[in-house]
Amino acid sequence: MAHVETPLVSVRGLGKRFSGVTALTGIDLDITPGTVHALVGENGAGKSTLGKVIAGVVRPDDGEMRVDGVPVTFRSPADALAAGIAAIQQEIALVPARTAVENVFLGREPRRRGLPDARAMRRRFDELRESLRFNVSPIGSVGVLRTGEQQKVEIMRAVARDARLVVMDEPTAALGVDEVEHLLAAIKRLRERGTTIVFVSHRLEEVKEIADAITVLRNGELVTTRPAAEISAPQLVEAMLGRSLQSAFPTIAPCSPDAPVVLSARGVRRSDVLRDVSLEIRAGEIVGLAGLVGSGRSELARALFGADQLDAGTVEVDGEPVVMRSPKDAIDAGIALIPESRKDEGLFVDATVARNVTMAHLHTITRRGVVQPHRERAEVARAIDEFDIRPGDPRQIVGTLSGGNQQKVLFSKWLLRHPKVLIADEPTRGVDIGAKLAIYEIIAGLAGEGMGVLVISSELEEVLGLAHRVLVMRQGRIARELSREDANPERVMHAAFGTETAQVAA
Amino acid sequence: MKLLQTVPSTAIGRSGGEGRLGRIRDYGIVVTFVVLFVALSLSSSAFLTSTNLLNILDQSAMVGIIACGGTLVIIAGGFDLSVGAIFAFASVAAAGVANHVDPIVGLLAGILAGVLLGVVNGMIITRLRVNTFIATLASSYVFRGIATLLTGGFLVAVTSDAFTVAGTYELFSMKFTIWIFAAAAVALGFVLARTAFGRYVYAVGGNPEAARLSGIHVNRIRVATFAISGMCAGIAGMLAASQDATGSAAGGVGLELSAIAAIVIGGTSIYGGEGAVWRSVLGVLLIALINNGFNLLGINPFYQSVVQGAIIIVAVALDQWARKAARSTA
Repeated sequence: MAHVETPLVSVRGLGKRFSGVTALTGIDLDITPGTVHALVGENGAGKSTLGKVIAGVVRPDDGEMRVDGVPVTFRSPADALAAGIAAIQQEIALVPARTAVENVFLGREPRRRGLPDARAMRRRFDELRESLRFNVSPIGSVGVLRTGEQQKVEIMRAVARDARLVVMDEPTAALGVDEVEHLLAAIKRLRERGTTIVFVSHRLEEVKEIADAITVLRNGELVTTRPAAEISAPQLVEAMLGRSLQSAFPTIAPCSPDAPVVLSARGVRRSDVLRDVSLEIRAGEIVGLAGLVGSGRSELARALFGADQLDAGTVEVDGEPVVMRSPKDAIDAGIALIPESRKDEGLFVDATVARNVTMAHLHTITRRGVVQPHRERAEVARAIDEFDIRPGDPRQIVGTLSGGNQQKVLFSKWLLRHPKVLIADEPTRGVDIGAKLAIYEIIAGLAGEGMGVLVISSELEEVLGLAHRVLVMRQGRIARELSREDANPERVMHAAFGTETAQVAA
Repeated sequence: MKLLQTVPSTAIGRSGGEGRLGRIRDYGIVVTFVVLFVALSLSSSAFLTSTNLLNILDQSAMVGIIACGGTLVIIAGGFDLSVGAIFAFASVAAAGVANHVDPIVGLLAGILAGVLLGVVNGMIITRLRVNTFIATLASSYVFRGIATLLTGGFLVAVTSDAFTVAGTYELFSMKFTIWIFAAAAVALGFVLARTAFGRYVYAVGGNPEAARLSGIHVNRIRVATFAISGMCAGIAGMLAASQDATGSAAGGVGLELSAIAAIVIGGTSIYGGEGAVWRSVLGVLLIALINNGFNLLGINPFYQSVVQGAIIIVAVALDQWARKAARSTA
């Protein structure tokens, strides 16, 4: 593509490593002013890192970067902002107890006689609101606003600081469906005003809707940059995965309809996040749980594991009712949970691999409460070997491992106990492609051995590629059940959004 | 949703012992201790004598026993500011029961009182969900207040000779209190390093949610650490009462801070999840060495507290640097 215009931002030969692991290498990229430029890729592809480098949040190890053709070195986000580049991170960075007006002008308050001029601030806020057509309340603390509204405040702050380029890192990740629409509309208005947007996302529908140009990254390398109109969704997927979707998944052995039910839940309720959910999982069956963020997927996983108290409902394992007062009860009954957030709920990141692997079943390697070192060594060696954890040093601190290897530690922690049911909530979040495929193999293998598996994922292809049966959740209920043969992206999305019409199976 | 969280998501947890700062933090206490020990041996002929060394150990025993128990509390992510008050309560309980029932039962009653008050702390923290710092600060007023009410503000003298055995008896020319300090250090060190319970203590302090989802009864572990800390304070209070043949509701003031100072100087992280009992033992002994050195060398004793405070700041600053360095290189 030949552009006559000077790119707003251009990078050449950009590279970045985190503790020896390559996050980005040899990236060449030009961003045309006034466009929405999407960076897409799988988790771990390097798209967020690239966005952070452009916004001065992360310093690159190699390569050069120019803004308006002038070489720049950003030492901090403040340097980038001085050059007209602002970032909106995945985590919202507002002062929750202050108003939208105060947040927008924080640190740059218009002043009169040395004091912040509230009237001028309000006037400029209203002008901004008008030009962006944002309906954000100027009064009341921003902490009580919905996430989408808070993001708008962040966008206003960026615009108020004269940002010509706004880097948005997965801005829709935490939004509800209607909020996503609002945000995309807001991005279009920003573009109309001449602001350039770098839009980091792995959601292809959104990218296809708003991007002018799309750059695909894979394993830290740039695969292609193309005008959005010239690349189809399947081509994008193939560029992201490096192969077509079908070949990414292992063969899933069929599950016998006569296999015994290992997990059955009836009438599960918890306040208004779970409203009367019932499901069954058979031995050797992989059940996929799809649905939008906030539809109750993770809440169901936690409920089945005894992590949250239920208002009503029963859970049975192998036909035996389980009284769930705490996760301990679920574990004793043979249920294992790979939680959604590895770092917050799953791992002890400051502890060693060995400690993490044995933590959930210490009683099997102790005598009178004392840990038997030889049994622990054997157990940990087995875990490292079976799950191919790298580096294979039991004394390695888990926090220093790559995302994929952290996830393998988490799997081994549960699977060494041979549970009857495995609940995996976002099992491949934040891991690279190689580890992803390894995790698919592990899940398929476990089902093949007769374990019942519940896989929860935001990535539709993951659910469709692995599951014998797909359950779609919406507003705390199971809205639809689809067999492997009947399941396709359209049907799942319709059920998830609640837009399905009566469909006659062909 | 975390507001104002601007740490890049690429930041990963610290790498233990990795990097120079990490090692300084991990073994700084050992090096400091050895250097000071050698320096004092060379600069004062009175230092390296069994009388002096036993004296140092004897002076460290009470705070040492308490610091051993407090280490578990801090590793599990808590603070126990009530140990000074429990110490006083236990000395009063021991003396009172000794006078009214039996001297030996009195000694046991001191220990038992410590355990019970520790459990009370644990219940306030887990059931009422009061922050550990505030809960134990408040309970320390209550415990000491009750002890004062029981004695009417007077010392409780014990006349029985049997009662003073625990505090004054010597075994192989070492005071019984020193033996108990050693026993507490070995026992709690073993519990923490080698047992499942010890692992759970680290887990609860390192990541309470992950611990819960690993099937650990987080609240039970936390209550247990406070019970152990209370027991250690109870033992120390009982020994003090036995030594002086007196129970005092005014005793043990400031012990909690001396113990926390020693734990922190030893290198146990105040953020929980990391640390060891041997570290606290070295921390206690290091403070004792400094005080002893100042005395032997005839330096103005007011410098002692200046130096002690400075060492605490250095220890915590090292901990912070090590964490930050590990984050930015990870």
